[in-house]
Amino acid sequence: MLRWILGGREAQGTVEKSAALFIGEEQPKNCFTEMQVLKGHFDIVRFLVQIDDLRFASAGDDGLVLIWNVETGDCLIELRGHTQQITAMISYTFIRGGNAHTALITASSDRTLSLWDPDSGNRVQNISDLQSPVKCLLVLVCLDVWLSGGNELCVWNRDFELQCKTVHHSDAGISAMVELPKNFIAAAMDKEIVIFKLNLSGSDIAVMAMRHLADHQDTIHSLIHINDGLFASGSHIGELIIWDSVDWTIQAYEHILWEEPARDGQSEFKLNHQKQIERSIQHMSSDGEYIVAAIGSGLYVYNVLMKSVVAYRRIAHDSNVLHTVLQRLMSCSEDGSVRMWELQDLPLPAEPASSGFFGMFGTFGRSSKQTGPPAKKIPEVPGLRSLELIGDLIGHSGAVQMFLSFKEKGLVTCSTDHLLIIWKDGEFQSQLRSLAVFQKLEENQEL
Amino acid sequence: MIGSPDVVAFTKEDDFGDSFSDPCSLPEEFSVPLFAHAANANPWTKTSYAKFSKDFILVSEFSEQVGPQPLLTIPNDPKVCGTFDLNYFSLRIMSVDYQASFVGHPPGSNYPKLNFVEDSKVVLGDSKEGAFAYVHHLTLYDLEARGFVRPFCMAYISADERKIMHQFQELSSEFSKASEFLKSGNRKAFANELEKKLKDLEYTRSVLHKETELQKKNNGCYSTQAIEKANELANVEKSIYEHKDLLKQITSYPSRKKKDVGFVQRETEKLADTSVLDDTLNSNHSDIADKTVLTESDSRKSSYTPQLIKAKSAKCFDKRLKTMEELCDANFFHQTLKQLNITEKSFRGDLCFIYTSQIDRALLGKQRVTSFLFEAEREWENEGTSKNFNISSNNPTVPILNLSGELLSLESYTTCIDIDHIKPGVESMEGPPESSLSDITQETSEAADTETKGSFSSDKSIEAFGGVSPSSLQANYFDGLERKSKVSIASPSESASSYVAVPQRMTDGNLVPMDAACCIGQDGFIFEEPLPELAQECCGDTVVNQEPLSLLQGDPALQVDYILEESALAESPNMGLTFSELNTGVLSEEVAKINIEYVSDSTSFMSTSTSSDRAVSPFTYSSALTLKQKKKAGHSSLRFIRQYPFAQQAIFCLLSGRTLVILGVDEGTVRKLVNALFFFVPNLGKYGETVQPWLSSPFQLTDLQRWKLIGLQRAASPAGSSILHSLNRYSRYISILDSDSKTLRCPPYKGTLISHLADHRTQIKRGSTYFLHVQGMLTQLTAKAFLYTFCHHIHLPMDINDQGSVTSRRTNFLLQLGYTVEESKIVQYLSELIKQHYIQGSSMGGNQSFCFNYTTSYLYKI
Repeated sequence: MLRWILGGREAQGTVEKSAALFIGEEQPKNCFTEMQVLKGHFDIVRFLVQIDDLRFASAGDDGLVLIWNVETGDCLIELRGHTQQITAMISYTFIRGGNAHTALITASSDRTLSLWDPDSGNRVQNISDLQSPVKCLLVLVCLDVWLSGGNELCVWNRDFELQCKTVHHSDAGISAMVELPKNFIAAAMDKEIVIFKLNLSGSDIAVMAMRHLADHQDTIHSLIHINDGLFASGSHIGELIIWDSVDWTIQAYEHILWEEPARDGQSEFKLNHQKQIERSIQHMSSDGEYIVAAIGSGLYVYNVLMKSVVAYRRIAHDSNVLHTVLQRLMSCSEDGSVRMWELQDLPLPAEPASSGFFGMFGTFGRSSKQTGPPAKKIPEVPGLRSLELIGDLIGHSGAVQMFLSFKEKGLVTCSTDHLLIIWKDGEFQSQLRSLAVFQKLEENQEL
Repeated sequence: MIGSPDVVAFTKEDDFGDSFSDPCSLPEEFSVPLFAHAANANPWTKTSYAKFSKDFILVSEFSEQVGPQPLLTIPNDPKVCGTFDLNYFSLRIMSVDYQASFVGHPPGSNYPKLNFVEDSKVVLGDSKEGAFAYVHHLTLYDLEARGFVRPFCMAYISADERKIMHQFQELSSEFSKASEFLKSGNRKAFANELEKKLKDLEYTRSVLHKETELQKKNNGCYSTQAIEKANELANVEKSIYEHKDLLKQITSYPSRKKKDVGFVQRETEKLADTSVLDDTLNSNHSDIADKTVLTESDSRKSSYTPQLIKAKSAKCFDKRLKTMEELCDANFFHQTLKQLNITEKSFRGDLCFIYTSQIDRALLGKQRVTSFLFEAEREWENEGTSKNFNISSNNPTVPILNLSGELLSLESYTTCIDIDHIKPGVESMEGPPESSLSDITQETSEAADTETKGSFSSDKSIEAFGGVSPSSLQANYFDGLERKSKVSIASPSESASSYVAVPQRMTDGNLVPMDAACCIGQDGFIFEEPLPELAQECCGDTVVNQEPLSLLQGDPALQVDYILEESALAESPNMGLTFSELNTGVLSEEVAKINIEYVSDSTSFMSTSTSSDRAVSPFTYSSALTLKQKKKAGHSSLRFIRQYPFAQQAIFCLLSGRTLVILGVDEGTVRKLVNALFFFVPNLGKYGETVQPWLSSPFQLTDLQRWKLIGLQRAASPAGSSILHSLNRYSRYISILDSDSKTLRCPPYKGTLISHLADHRTQIKRGSTYFLHVQGMLTQLTAKAFLYTFCHHIHLPMDINDQGSVTSRRTNFLLQLGYTVEESKIVQYLSELIKQHYIQGSSMGGNQSFCFNYTTSYLYKI
C-alpha cells in the first residue's frame, strides 16, 4: 500500500505487510462502522471513567477532566482545576437524600485530590498539599470510604476528611490496590504485595499492614480482582500469580515465557533477547473465570478455575498492549489500534498442528499467511483454543491508552494523540436515527 | 432541477380543459401558461423593434426645476439602453403621476400635513418605442422642495409586455422593497433636516428677539422697525410650530407601516444612526419621540452650529435641489441600489425562463427535507423574508395603462374592475410623434392630461379592488385561462392572481439566474464583444448558417457570438425540442437537434483546447457555489468520464459517502479533477464546505469527517511523507485517485445505476447538459432515499425483539427498489444524511459522526 502510493507500479497484493497480524479491509464481524472523533484535550488522554449509562469522563496529562455524552458525542462539562497531569480517576457513587449521586475523584501530580460533581461541574471538595502524588484510588462501597495510594496509603471519608494513613513506604509507592474480603486491601508496591487491614472501631478507622507477599521477582504492573476468592498480580517479567483472597496463598503461578526452548538455534536466541523486554504484564482483566493478560505485544487468556491457558497469541499487536477487556475480547496497543478477538476452538486438538493446516483455518483473506508463527508454537495443551482476530479499529494516530465499552451504545477509546473516539455500531445507530425521525415527525404532526 | 426548461416544452394546452384531475399531474400553481402564439408566428420577432437590447431599470425624477429627467439606469451601461430615449421615456413614466401625496394645508388645519401614501404601481406600454414598463411611483420628502415632496419613480422597462404583466406581483414586491429602503432613509434624512432647520429657527428667533428688544428700547414700542421685527419674529414663531409639527408627523410614522419595513431595519440595524429613527418610529407618543430625537440629536449633533435664517427665502430656481443620495441616507441609498441590481438580475431573461425557475423554486421549496443533498443552496431558511415580501406587496391589483394594446386584452380584467377607469382616450396615446427635446414641454401637459384619464392611482385601484380577495382573483384567473384561446395577450388579472399561490422570488444575492435555453429570445439581442479568433474559426461554419431559429433577423456576426456565448447555450437538445414544439416550421426536431449538438460539439471542442486556462476552481472561500459554477464543472466532469474508465467507481465512492482523495503533484491537475467531481458530493454545502480542493498538509482523522472530496499534494518533503503515512493509515476509510499514475484504489462497484449516470460513451456533448442529466438522476436517487427514509414499516420494529427483521426488511425494500447491494449503500448513506438533517435541522452543526464500511479495495488502472 505504502509503496504503491510512493509510486510503485506493482499490484497491491504483492506489497508486504509489516504488521505482525493483518486483517484485510473486509471485516464482516466488525460492527463498528461509525465513529465520532471527540476533540477537547490538549495532551495525552489516559483515563476513561463511566459515570452512568450516558456519560463518561476523560482525563489525562493536560489536567483537564471532560464529561461527555456517549450518544451525541457532546462535551457536556469541562472540569478545570488541576494544574498538572491527572494520575488517577475514579467514580464514586454515594447515597444522598435517597438518591444515588455519582461524583468523580481525581488525583493529580500537583498533589491535589478533588471531588467533582459531574452534573454541575463544581469542584465540591479539594485537598491540596499532599505529601506525595497519588497514584491510585479505590472506593470501598461497603464502608463508604475511599483510599488513595501513593507513597502512603490514606483512608478518606465521604467528606474528604482523612481518617488514617500508613507510614511512609518506599519511594516506589503503591501502584495498584484491590479490595479483599473482610476489610482487607491488597496493594502492589514494586515487587511486593502488601496486605492491609482496615480496623473499624466506632467511627474511627485505623489501617495496618498485615503481611508482605514477596513472591514476584520483578515490579508488579497489574493487580486485579478476579472473584470473591481470588485476585491476581502480574509482573514485569511475565509472572502471573493467582492468590487466594482470604489466606493470601498462591493458587497458581505462571511464568509466561513466550519463547519455547530454543529450537532453531541462532535466530531464536536473537528473538529471546528481544522478547525479554516484551513480556511484561501491562494489564489484566477478568470476568471471574477467565483472565486476559496483556503481555508485551501479545495476549494471554487464562482459565482461573481450570488453572490452565486457554489461548494466547504472542504477537497480537505491533507493540505493547495497554488495555484489555474480556467481555467482548478486545485489546488496544501502542500501535494505535484496537483489535477484537474471538476464541475459536481448534478443530481437532489431538492432531498435531502443522503450519499448513493453520494456514487454512479460521482466518480471513490474506491474513492467513501471517498467522503462521504463533500457530507453530501451539504447545501440547489439551483444550487450547485459538485467538482469532475478527476486526480492528484504526483511527488514532498515537497509542490507544484505554477503552471503555458502553455495550451497544459504543466503545470509547482514548489516545496519546489527544483524541477520543466513540466507535458505534452503524446499523444500530441508523435504526436509532430512524426512530428519532419518526418521533420528530410525530411531534411535528407531520405523519 | 425539477423544473428544467424541457418541462415547459411538454406541457400541453389540452391539459387545461380536463375536468378529470390526474393525481400525478402538477398542482395548478406549478403549471406554466403557454405561449400564446398565433400559427407560425415567430415568438421572437415581436420585440425586435425595441431600441434597447435588454431589460433595464430606470429611475427618474419629476424635478420642479427642469421637469421629468432620468437619474440613473441599472445596469449602468449605455449599451443597454442603446438608442432608447431615456428623456422621453422619463417624461412618459413621470407623466403618469399620481396626486395622492401632496403636502399642504388641509382645511381645518393650520399646519401643513404630511401624507404617508402608498406607492403607486402602474404598467405602462409604448408600442411605438416597443417598450413596456412597470412603473413604481414614490415621493420623498424634501424640506426645500415645493410642497415638501419630490416625486420619483422607478421603472422596469422591458420589450416584452407579457413579462411585465405576468411578473407584476413579483416586480411590485421587489420594487416595494427598494422603495421602502428609499423612504425609510428619506424619513430619517428629513427628520434630521427638520431638526437642523428647527435649530436654525430657534437661533433666528433668539436673535430676532434680542433685536426686537433693542428696537423697542431705542425707538419705542410702536416704531416701524419694531413692528417689522415683531412681525418677523411672529413669522419665525409660526415657522417653528410648523416645523415642529412636521417633525412630529414624520417621527410618528405609523408603526403599521414600520412592520413592512422590518426587513429594511434588520439590515441596517447595525448602523448606529438608525437607532434614532427606530426609537422615534416605535414610539406612539410623538411628544416623547420628539424629545428623544431632540436630546439624542443634541448630543450627537452638538457640532452643528445654527445659522441665521433670512426672512426671505431664495428664489426657487436659485437653489440647488438635493440629489437622491442626499435625500435619503447614503447607506439607504446604496441599499436601494443594491436591491435594484438584485431585482434587475433576478428578472433577467425570457418570461418562460422566469416561470420555469419560479416553478423550480416552488418545487424545491416543497423539498426542504432533501434539497440540501444535491440542490444548490437557496437559503430556504429565511422564510420570514418571503413573508415580508407578501406583506409589502399590499396592493394585489394591477392597475394598467395599456396605451397600445387592444381592448381585448382587458377583457377579463374588466370582470373585476370598474370599466369607468379605462377611458377610450387611452388609445390616443398610441402614436406620439418621435419627440425632440423641444417638443417635450409642449406635449407634457397634453400627455399628462390624457394619461391621467387612463391611468388610475393606486388609491383608486384599491377602492376598486376593495372587496376582492385573493381567492376570487384566483377564480377569475381560471376563468381567464379558459378564455385564453381567444385572448391573444394574457390578461392582467391573470398575471395578478396567478402568483397568489406561488412563493415569492427569493432575492438571494448569490443566486445567479441560470441561463437556460429559454433566454434565447432575450439574449439574442445582446451584442457581446466578439472573441476575434473564435469568431474567425467559426465564421465559415455551415452550422451557423443553419441556425436561424431565433435569429433570423439578426446579423450573422451576432449569431456567431451568440453561439460562442458559452453560458447562454444551456441545453441545446432540449432547445431543439422547444423549437419544434413551438412549430417554427423551419426545421424538424431531429434536424434541430443534430444541428445544435453539432454546434455544441464544436464549441466543446474549442473549449477543450482552452480548458486549461478555464479550469478555475469554483472553490474560493467565502463565496457561495452557484449553479453556474456547477454547470461549468459539468464540462470537466464529462471529460473526466470520457478519460477515466474508473469514473464510475470514483462517483460511487462520493455518492456512498466514502471520502475520495485525489493525489497529485500538480495543483492544476488535481484541482481540475476536484472540479470534475465536486457536484457528485451529497450535501455539498453552500460554500462547498465538504470539499477541500487542495491540501498540502497531512490530513487528520477529523478531516475525513468534514471533507468528502480532497485534493492532496504529493510532495517529496518530510511533510509529504507524513501525508503518505496518513493516507496509508486511513486507507480503509478513503479511496485514492492518483492523478499522476492514473489509478484509483477503491471498493468495487458493479451496478447499472452509475453507468447511466456516468457513461463514457454518453451522447451528451455539453457540460451543462450533462450537469442537468446528473441532477436529474440524482433527484431520482434522492427521491428513492426519501422514500426509504420515511417508509414507516421498514424502520420500526414490529416488536421489541425484532431488530433482525428490521434489517432484513430494509434490505428487501432496497432490493425492491431495484438496487444492488452496492447501490443500496448509496441510498443508505443519503438516507442517513436526510435523517441527520431532519433531526438536527439545517445547521448540521455539532459533532458529526462518520460512517464507513469494511470492504476490500481494489486498484483500478486506466
